[in-house]
Amino acid sequence: MQDPTKTHVRSDQPTAPGATSAAMPDVAPILRMRNVSKTFPGVKALRNVELTIYPGEVHALMGENGAGKSTLMKILSGAYIPDPGADIQIDGQPVHITGPLAAKALGIAIIYQELALAPNLTVAENIYLGREARNGPAIDRAAMFAGCNDILTNLGASFGPRTLVGDLSIAEQQMVEVARAIHAKSRILVMDEPTTALSSRETQRLFQVILRLKAEGLAIIYISHRMAEVYELAERVSVLRDGGYVGTLDRHQVDPESIVRMMVGRDLSSFYKKEHRPDAARTPVLAVQNLGDGHRVKSGSFTLHAGEVLGLAGLVGAGRTELARLIYGAEPRTTGTVTLLGKPVDFRTPAEAIDAGIVYLTEDRKAQGLFLDMTVGDNINLGVIGRDATAGWLNRVRARLRSLAAIEAMAIRVPGPEIAVGTLSGGNQQKVLLSRLLETQPKVLILDEPTRGVDIGAKSEIYRIIDRLAQTGAAVLVISSELPEIVGIADRVVVMREGETRGEVGGSTGVSITEESIMALATGVAIDKVAA
Amino acid sequence: MSEIISDAKPIRRPERRAQMRSFVRSIGMLPVLIILGILIQLGGIYFTGEGRFLTWQNLSIVAQQASINAVLAAGMTFVILTGGIDLSVGSILAAAAVVGLLVSQTLGDLGILAALITGLIIGLGNGLLIAFLRLPPFIVTLGSLTAVRGLARLLGNDTTVFNADLPFAFVGNGAIQIGPVSVPWLIVIAFLVIVLSWLILRRTVLGVHIYAVGGNEAAARLSGIKVWAVLLFVYGISGLLAGLGGVMQAARLYAANGLQLGQSYELDAIAAVILGGTSFVGGIGSIWGTLIGALIIAVLTNGLILLGVTDVWQYIAKGAVIIGAVALDRYRLRGSART
Repeated sequence: MQDPTKTHVRSDQPTAPGATSAAMPDVAPILRMRNVSKTFPGVKALRNVELTIYPGEVHALMGENGAGKSTLMKILSGAYIPDPGADIQIDGQPVHITGPLAAKALGIAIIYQELALAPNLTVAENIYLGREARNGPAIDRAAMFAGCNDILTNLGASFGPRTLVGDLSIAEQQMVEVARAIHAKSRILVMDEPTTALSSRETQRLFQVILRLKAEGLAIIYISHRMAEVYELAERVSVLRDGGYVGTLDRHQVDPESIVRMMVGRDLSSFYKKEHRPDAARTPVLAVQNLGDGHRVKSGSFTLHAGEVLGLAGLVGAGRTELARLIYGAEPRTTGTVTLLGKPVDFRTPAEAIDAGIVYLTEDRKAQGLFLDMTVGDNINLGVIGRDATAGWLNRVRARLRSLAAIEAMAIRVPGPEIAVGTLSGGNQQKVLLSRLLETQPKVLILDEPTRGVDIGAKSEIYRIIDRLAQTGAAVLVISSELPEIVGIADRVVVMREGETRGEVGGSTGVSITEESIMALATGVAIDKVAA
Repeated sequence: MSEIISDAKPIRRPERRAQMRSFVRSIGMLPVLIILGILIQLGGIYFTGEGRFLTWQNLSIVAQQASINAVLAAGMTFVILTGGIDLSVGSILAAAAVVGLLVSQTLGDLGILAALITGLIIGLGNGLLIAFLRLPPFIVTLGSLTAVRGLARLLGNDTTVFNADLPFAFVGNGAIQIGPVSVPWLIVIAFLVIVLSWLILRRTVLGVHIYAVGGNEAAARLSGIKVWAVLLFVYGISGLLAGLGGVMQAARLYAANGLQLGQSYELDAIAAVILGGTSFVGGIGSIWGTLIGALIIAVLTNGLILLGVTDVWQYIAKGAVIIGAVALDRYRLRGSART
């Protein structure tokens, strides 16, 4: 379906005069961003970033979390205004993208990870949202349905324009977003990690759509962490690091090692830290047996020992977070037992779990963890202010000393505890949240995606903190979707699939902890097939 | 966002900005209050030839007029800080006043206690429905706004309850000698309520938990805060303070009418809280702001009367101030860094 003669051909375009890249020298870039900077209070999120995109290419944009990819794309989509001095050209014409509408008018469409659709409206109404077809003063639904049909058929969609978006799967909703972009005659389509929530079959279908759009001359900026996808799709790869532009590789130069080196900026050998030794006595601290909620968690079983870092792996939706929340008492359980230090426990609220010495680091620190408007000090102390208090009266002096000590111990980069936590970077926010948990001096820590949305430096610091905790005898359960992370820091790994713990690697199992052995259990495919 | 803050120097600026912001937030609308006072004084001199606003006697009247609203608004501050709303305070005030007067006819001073308990019980009822049945506060208190109004009429047999020999009439009309000045009891009570609220909000664990629940309820629950207890407390204290407002109102009038007393008081209380800079979505705000908000409303009412503005236009002006306050709330939220 990809017609090679159609690719890159835009004969009406003059030849690019100063095309520096080796790729596509005969075509003018559709988008050229140069000298783009963006400053937030206290943080320079982008520094003189550049990006050149040609029509009919899939251009991968890579970088660690916090590298500035989203900020750059938000500038492109008009959500942010860049610092003065930015030079953005479309078809060689300098443009000022002053807002989302201006971006749309320039033919720029963005499909975010969180899809921006109204689930209560039909597919056609969503595609036409803001540009409704009218017949006089009345909305012309018939015209809208008809107008969508062709696009949907072309995309190979299995649903019609009258379907309610809320009834569609995530993959289908994504298709609606793509259809909306096409219908708006977009020429630059940004896709932000579009495959995160898709199955492999859905991913393949999406790739077919992307290749078709590319063949029709659209420029696609594809943001992804997944090397295999980038390798399969992208003509060129641009890499950002810490808000700066590192470089662009052509397809024949792309290999995983060079991209990782560009993204990280240094060798990865000292990145993970594993100095703790699992307790020789293997004292079981937390034993979970057949735990379930009769819904998303069917049966979770594992044993966590003192001084051990146990990984809990699995695909998104395998029930890892839900299992953790059952243990923590955040959701009611229907089956199974939890044993803490030999005693059966059944926490009905998180408060009871904390009192017993179990803490849980949420995977969504902004929505479920932090109090963004409250100070760093209050956020750190929140779990223990009751213990510091006398008959309910706060001990402000002790609280301040405590938070200062935590800021020092965790190397949280903040001028003082009186700053609102919402103004900090992701890594520092995460360290504040971790401090709150540690202040309760827990015996068991359940860390759900402890390095999500933090930059590479803070990541490495968090690994060190986890290692230090295990050295002091704490039992740590780390839930992570990043396989290199799990492989790098865990002593053993328990793997979940479809709501059940399906097996274990590392430790006494004799199976070594590798991405392949974990994926085999997570997907239910035999190891030799995955490794092949 | 990338973590470029690596050395100590460049972060001084955001810290100062944060301090600045919290300062602006805490003094809130004080400049507005002062300017309003000056304008009314100047307007009085210009239109009537004498500035009757800035006299001790008038300011004392303004403070007395603000006092009942300040007490209701203090309770409302607790509720709104958790992201909730209490529409029932006006009706609770009426019910409590009726109960207080009825009890005072036979048991004297115990009428005060009866009124307070009435308010507390109704407030806790609101809190129970909101904390345990997870019903939206707006709907629960909208229901009790109507139901408790009916209850107030029922208790008073749908007539005005009198007690000419009200033993606690001094609350509404008496004054206490503090040094050289005699301060009306209404003002003393309102001030004590404000100070007590400040102590609870700023100096107790409960206070921190109230801000936490308003800032992020899901996070509060996961951090081990008993969210239900916090909600029960805020609606309980809102009811209790509405009951206190009932005592103050009854003591002023020696009478209570279940139909008329406290009509739309909840709106004045909400307006005071919002004028005081408390965020309508919860988590941000201070009790001193609420006091200023209550004073602005009282000064506005008093000033418009002094200037000879008709009752009709007073309503329009007050409404415009409330909308302006919400606009300010929006503006303030946009200015704060929510990354």
